Amino acid sequence: MLERRAFAADLDYGRAGPSRGEWAMGIEFRGVTKKYPDGTVAVDDLNLTIEDGTITVFVGPSGCGKTTSLRMINRMVEPTSGTILLDGADVRDSDPALLRRGIGYVIQHAGLFPHRTVLSNVATVPLLSGWEKRKARERAAELLETVGLPAELGKRYPAQLSGGQQQRVGVARALAADSPVLLMDEPFSAVDPVVREGLQDELLRLQSQLGKTIVFVTHDIDEAVRLGDKVAVLRVGGRLAQYGTPADVLRHPVDDFVAGFVGKDRGYRGLSFLSAGDVLVEDVPTVRVGSAPGESTDWRLAVNDEGEPRGWLPPSSTVDGDLSESDLLAGGSLYQQGTPIRGALDAALSSPASLGVVVDADGKAIGVVTARQVLDVIENHPQGVTR
Amino acid sequence: MSFFDELGQYLGSASNREQIVDTLAEHCYLALLPLVLGIVLAIAIGWLGRAWPRARGVTLVLANLVYTIPSLALFVMIPSLIGTKMLDSINVVVALTLYTAALLVRPVLDALDAVPPAVIASATAMGYRPARRFLTVELPLAVPVLAAGVRVASVSNISLVSVGALIGVGGLGVLFTDGFQREYFSPIVVGIVLTLLLALVVDLLLVLSRRLLTPWDRTTAPVRTEVAV
Repeated sequence: MLERRAFAADLDYGRAGPSRGEWAMGIEFRGVTKKYPDGTVAVDDLNLTIEDGTITVFVGPSGCGKTTSLRMINRMVEPTSGTILLDGADVRDSDPALLRRGIGYVIQHAGLFPHRTVLSNVATVPLLSGWEKRKARERAAELLETVGLPAELGKRYPAQLSGGQQQRVGVARALAADSPVLLMDEPFSAVDPVVREGLQDELLRLQSQLGKTIVFVTHDIDEAVRLGDKVAVLRVGGRLAQYGTPADVLRHPVDDFVAGFVGKDRGYRGLSFLSAGDVLVEDVPTVRVGSAPGESTDWRLAVNDEGEPRGWLPPSSTVDGDLSESDLLAGGSLYQQGTPIRGALDAALSSPASLGVVVDADGKAIGVVTARQVLDVIENHPQGVTR
Repeated sequence: MSFFDELGQYLGSASNREQIVDTLAEHCYLALLPLVLGIVLAIAIGWLGRAWPRARGVTLVLANLVYTIPSLALFVMIPSLIGTKMLDSINVVVALTLYTAALLVRPVLDALDAVPPAVIASATAMGYRPARRFLTVELPLAVPVLAAGVRVASVSNISLVSVGALIGVGGLGVLFTDGFQREYFSPIVVGIVLTLLLALVVDLLLVLSRRLLTPWDRTTAPVRTEVAV
């Protein structure tokens, strides 16, 4: 952390105004409008304050000006009118190139330089800022580790990496600026859903360590709700429709546009913000994989030697000798105790036994819940979920 | 006397061999210096064409017009345009530089257009200033498309140099004019063979340097790794 601070101090943000304050790297849009010469209005009178150290997601259909708004922060697009303040200073008072070197940027499809190795890609901004080559490469190697890539990938060219790996390199490159602000323009839209989820988790993990001010653009409301501390829903024509926490936007959409955009599943999605603390966890008969199961007329949960759930054994099933995994029905999703209630409902609904398996933080099965029990908790919740 | 006896006799003369080596050296100089200058000029024009999209159409029309001027006419015109002497080799260098540039303007623009916009945008977002971005990101990425154009231009130059012999500065072309005047076939044959060989060698060198300049372009297939991401 000390070194990182020292690094930040090395960079000249090129700002003419007052130096960075103690507190914030907040971003403020004040009456920002972007009109193109052909009359298209990309962004219309945007007023928004992005808080320091949070993830703010700009979400909306294509043509809503979310990318344009993002690019006005680092002056890749200049507003027609209005002001953008970065840490209290007008971005237009800064030299654009220096301003950009101080703001991390992750672009769609990663936008890596195909003609440079992964390591040189990550070292781009430190080298532009005049670092010694050796120091810049050391820093780049460190960052590859930070984003969970093995050091030997550093020598490869981007075309030799998978899409998910390229995105990670893109994130590492943006982090190399070590700026308090990170702009991410649909960074995970080009990878498949499984990889995307992994990258989202990784981003949340990084953010919990780094505490940056992240502005994230996406057209995917699920991604917005998953990542955002705050969500700004934009409508076509570049007007801000709603700005609030994900729970707020899902529970109280301000109008039909927002309600339509957050989708038919918003009631279900809203469960992501409701704690399942009150769900009663019931015991369930278990059998151990690798030992003789005996007989039973109940559904039984198969666990391994570590107590982790492996699948279900249907009632009255017969097994020759010891139980092996091939005798089992695949289990549903697992619900980790203490996480939002959406997972508990899903676990119950996806289980072949209609019993959702509850696990502790180590992945050990501690019992089951039924969908009925989960619904009781939801219905008795004082705030309701969608009202 | 058979042709081969005649050829042997021709090559047996030390002064002839000296003339061959001198004309070959001159041919290389007259073909390759304009190639390099033309590439630089075309890249500069390409940069302007990208900076001012409106200049683009005009540039392309001008380039076509220049390439349409007959080479002999251009060789003869240039001394009066730039004030050099008629027999100065600069005339050929200038003319061929113009041809090379004219031939390469379109490939340069195509090559620069082929650079993925996301890469250019990300370079801008990293904090590159335009000139540095052009030289260190856009230009290297334009090499694969540009290389094909440069190969054509090199062959075109090597053949056009010979025409300069008609104004007395023509590298291996001098062997042709000599041969025709004296109805002596050996120098003509030697000139043709050497021109072809020169074109071939230069082309090989260009292919080789393109490979050296674009190590990243050969590795398009993702390499499987143990790391699941």
